[in-house]
Amino acid sequence: MLESLLAQADMNGSVNVAMNIAFGIIATVMIFAAFSVVTTKNVVHAALYLVVVLAGVAAQYILAGAEFVAVSQVMVYIGAVMVLFLFGIMLTRAQIGKEEGLNNKGWQLGIPVALLLFGLMAYVIVDTYEDTVIGERTPFLTEGISDHVLSPFLVPFLAISFVLLAAAIGAIVLARKD
Amino acid sequence: MENAWLIALIPAVAFALIIAFGKKMPFKGAEFGLVSIGASLVIATGAGIQWMQRTDSADHGGEAAQGAFNGIRGALRAAEGAEVKPFIDPVVSQWVWWQNSGLEFGIGSHIDGLSILLLWLVAFISFLVQIFSLDYVRGDRRYTHFFAALTLFSSGMLVMVMASNMVQLILGWEIMGLCSFMLIGHWWEDAYNSHSALKAFFTVRVGDVGLLIGTAILFFGSNQWAIDNLGTNGFDIRAIQAWALSGDGSSWTLLMASVTLFIAAIGKSGQFPFHTWLPDAMAGPTPVSSLLHSSTMVVAGVFLVARIYPVFWEGFNIGNGGLSFIAIIGGITIVIAALLAFVQDDIKKVLAYSTVSQLGYMMLGLGTGAWLPAVFHVFTHAFFKCCLFLAAGSISHSGSHHSFDMKKDMGGLRKFMPITFGAWCVSTLALTGVIPFAGFWSKDEIIDNVGDAGYTFLFWVGLFGAALTAMYMTRATYLTFFGDPRGAAAGIHHDAEHGYATEHRETLVTAATIDRELVTAGAAPKSLGAAAAHGDDHGDHGDHGDHGDHGDHGDDHADHGPRESGKLILVPIVVLAVLALTSGFANPTPLAGDALGLNLGEGVELIKEYVEPRAQAVSLDIAAGHAGESVQLLEPGFVTATGDTAASFVPAAGDKKEGCGRSTPEVGTVCYFPAVSHAVPTLSKILLSLGVVAIGYAAAIGFCIAFYKNKHPKLVGLTERSRVARGGYLFLKNKYYFDALYQNVFVYFVSRPLAKATYWFNQNVIDAAVDGVGAGGKRAGEFVYKNIDQKLVDGAVNASGTIASETGHSLQPIQSGRVNHYASLLFGAAAVGAIVLVILNVS
Amino acid sequence: MLAVNFLLLAAVLFCIGVFGVIARRNAVMVLMSIELILNAVSLNLVAFALMNNNQEGQVFALYIIAIAAAEVGVGLAMVLMIYRNRKSIALDELSEMKG
Repeated sequence: MLESLLAQADMNGSVNVAMNIAFGIIATVMIFAAFSVVTTKNVVHAALYLVVVLAGVAAQYILAGAEFVAVSQVMVYIGAVMVLFLFGIMLTRAQIGKEEGLNNKGWQLGIPVALLLFGLMAYVIVDTYEDTVIGERTPFLTEGISDHVLSPFLVPFLAISFVLLAAAIGAIVLARKD
Repeated sequence: MENAWLIALIPAVAFALIIAFGKKMPFKGAEFGLVSIGASLVIATGAGIQWMQRTDSADHGGEAAQGAFNGIRGALRAAEGAEVKPFIDPVVSQWVWWQNSGLEFGIGSHIDGLSILLLWLVAFISFLVQIFSLDYVRGDRRYTHFFAALTLFSSGMLVMVMASNMVQLILGWEIMGLCSFMLIGHWWEDAYNSHSALKAFFTVRVGDVGLLIGTAILFFGSNQWAIDNLGTNGFDIRAIQAWALSGDGSSWTLLMASVTLFIAAIGKSGQFPFHTWLPDAMAGPTPVSSLLHSSTMVVAGVFLVARIYPVFWEGFNIGNGGLSFIAIIGGITIVIAALLAFVQDDIKKVLAYSTVSQLGYMMLGLGTGAWLPAVFHVFTHAFFKCCLFLAAGSISHSGSHHSFDMKKDMGGLRKFMPITFGAWCVSTLALTGVIPFAGFWSKDEIIDNVGDAGYTFLFWVGLFGAALTAMYMTRATYLTFFGDPRGAAAGIHHDAEHGYATEHRETLVTAATIDRELVTAGAAPKSLGAAAAHGDDHGDHGDHGDHGDHGDHGDDHADHGPRESGKLILVPIVVLAVLALTSGFANPTPLAGDALGLNLGEGVELIKEYVEPRAQAVSLDIAAGHAGESVQLLEPGFVTATGDTAASFVPAAGDKKEGCGRSTPEVGTVCYFPAVSHAVPTLSKILLSLGVVAIGYAAAIGFCIAFYKNKHPKLVGLTERSRVARGGYLFLKNKYYFDALYQNVFVYFVSRPLAKATYWFNQNVIDAAVDGVGAGGKRAGEFVYKNIDQKLVDGAVNASGTIASETGHSLQPIQSGRVNHYASLLFGAAAVGAIVLVILNVS
Repeated sequence: MLAVNFLLLAAVLFCIGVFGVIARRNAVMVLMSIELILNAVSLNLVAFALMNNNQEGQVFALYIIAIAAAEVGVGLAMVLMIYRNRKSIALDELSEMKG
């Protein structure tokens, strides 16, 4: 890793130290929070940790130059989805405080599966992208997103609108008391 | 000569005609037989004349001679001229009757001197015997079949004699054996007759094993050589002869072939130890005895040895003076048969043993290299022995009322049957070898050659046999023709059995049953007057079971006394008696030299001239022929060292180390006959043999007169007083216990214990094995059913079902209904799939 | 900046999410883990957009966000239904589809 940083420095002339550090901090926080999501015994805490994760993801989006996506992420995910989650937790009478038995019977099976997956993906990623460096570039413009949405990906856009409509109606239908 | 096969074919056709039409013909089939044999005789005579012409023309380098008498003249001329003695090629005509992968079996005729001699002899004797049978067998219940069998026999013997290959020889041999069986057992209603027929057949059969094995050995030994050199196969007799003398066969092969073939000859010709069947073969009608068992069939063995003589010559090394098996057997046979003839009461049995003894002489001759005298003895013996048998038949037919028992029913018949007596005497003198009768010229030649070849002991054996012959024939003559008539000869007719045993098993004669009837019967013969009174009670002859049907007796039975026979019986006898007197002059060897003071030159030796094959090497391109085509070799083999035909050829004579049979023939030539040596008779030898015979006669006549006529007290009852005499008598009477050995030990062993053991083996071992297999199969089936079918197969079938259901059951927990579980499966499978993809892409 | 950072981070989040799906008993917790997974994927896409200087990745990340929202809405509605009917959202007990 250090060699590749140095190689990058050789190529680009400078290493963006701040970016790396920021990335590192945010990543650490995210991982810790994600881990807590899946291991904590408190359902509400799990939801809050998920918020942290989502916020971290937004921060990473900004670092990656996708500001619009970051903002959308914050608004939609954290603002709406997590509220939904909390309502859901509330309506399902989740216990406040620690709750025992939050893991199911065969939860140990998940560890090897997760590790296997991670090992596989890490190997593949590192093998493929080891030396890929993200260099200097022009910033992304929001116009570009709209250009993409409205021309090449117009159909998915419209489809998503229908999906959202269907989801909304569906949720209402499902959840009403009859 | 090319059509000599007709000689054998005509009687065969006649046989078929007799069987088919015989009963309806006026003579009941006899005419077919007579005509066919007569035709064969004519053709044989013609062929003989042609053969003699052929020999003469070859001798003179192509001059044609015509007529039989010219033949004699030609022979005389040849004697004066150069010694031109080429090998006369036999005339062979053959057709292939079967072919198998290149091996061709031919059938046809092979005419050379030996065949011509025997063809003519067989045809002639058959003809005479058939004439004889016209009267003798008249009224018999199976008259037609008798003639049929007689004709078939003639055909068979003719087939054998003219055989060009061993297969045809065996064919003729077997036909003869069959006819012998049929004819001996002609009156098979009597158990003894069928028993004798079986005994004859089986004893000869034992020898036939040797024939087959010997043929096979010869075939395998000579086949390759025959194919390479002569273009024929290993069955061809000429090929076998040439192969034996070519040095190609190993001495072991030749020895084995000789031994086995000689065993066949022993069986057929009644040599020791297979001689036991011949006396019992006398149970057949007299024509049968005279034709088959005296002159023709029993010489088949001698013929076999003479025909493929080179095999025996090489196998037993006769040329070098070694004591051969053949000579030993012949010598033994001469003596033991002659001794046995002394104690026989049955006249036919005396003659049968005499035949055996004379066959012993022939074998002795062949075994010591005296080929020509042996063959000549066949020729002369046929005449006088057949004459003797026919005379015995005549005696029984008209003299002793169908009895052959000399002691009970004969005696003093010379007054009643003078012609028969005369013929009998002539033949007896011929048999014993008195000059100038035929037997002298032939038998004494044998003895002479035996002595000349260096076999001193056998020489004295031959002389001793001659003396014995004289003695027993004198005894038989005296008992039959001299003295007082006894029994039927005296007109006394008794119904008791005529001396034949009817038991199956050989009963040993013990001291208690030594018959003394001769002395007692002779003491009180009933008068002829009483016999005439007896004549009226003989209206019915229904219970004469053992000698043919008397119901239809054409002649007048009121007078029962002996009288001379009819013309049909007498004419053959007289003809044969004349021949017995004169046939010796066909080859009077002593007359060719200075022995008797009369030198007619070698030309008088006609048999030697025409019959004996010449011991010359023949060049191959003349000799080669092919079986399978109608081969006709009309060019006599005429060879020189360079291989081209020349007008004159001087053989290497006199030197015993050279010539065919003594040294290997040159390349490109084959030998067909070994160079046998010929003794030159001297006066001293002739006198010696005559003297021995005279001593025999004198002793016998003296004894007969003393014992039978005068009843000398010292001699009568000798066997009762002296244990040695009685023992000797019993030993001879029981035929050296040979019959007892064969019948009671061998046959009984096979028929009882061996058969029982075989049956036990069959039931308990073979059947048990079969049952065991069945039971085992059943148990195996049950085992298979229980274990394999039920457990294994059904188990497998059930298991497949169980596997399916168990697999389903075991896989059921996968579908747990829990989402987490499904998710883990999903991601796990995805991970594994991805790993596989990565690995595939990386590698 | 290395591209591999983002990708590895996304992989880690993904695997943690997988673990959560498998291990958690509460249906809502499982949905949260699914959110983690989706976010990991979005991060991956944005990282690819960054690497390839192409904004299509970001567009697709937007779409994922939208879909995720819809999906969570419907999902929670279902969870509420289940809770109403069975008074429990422990996935252990929801094995009616057991074979």
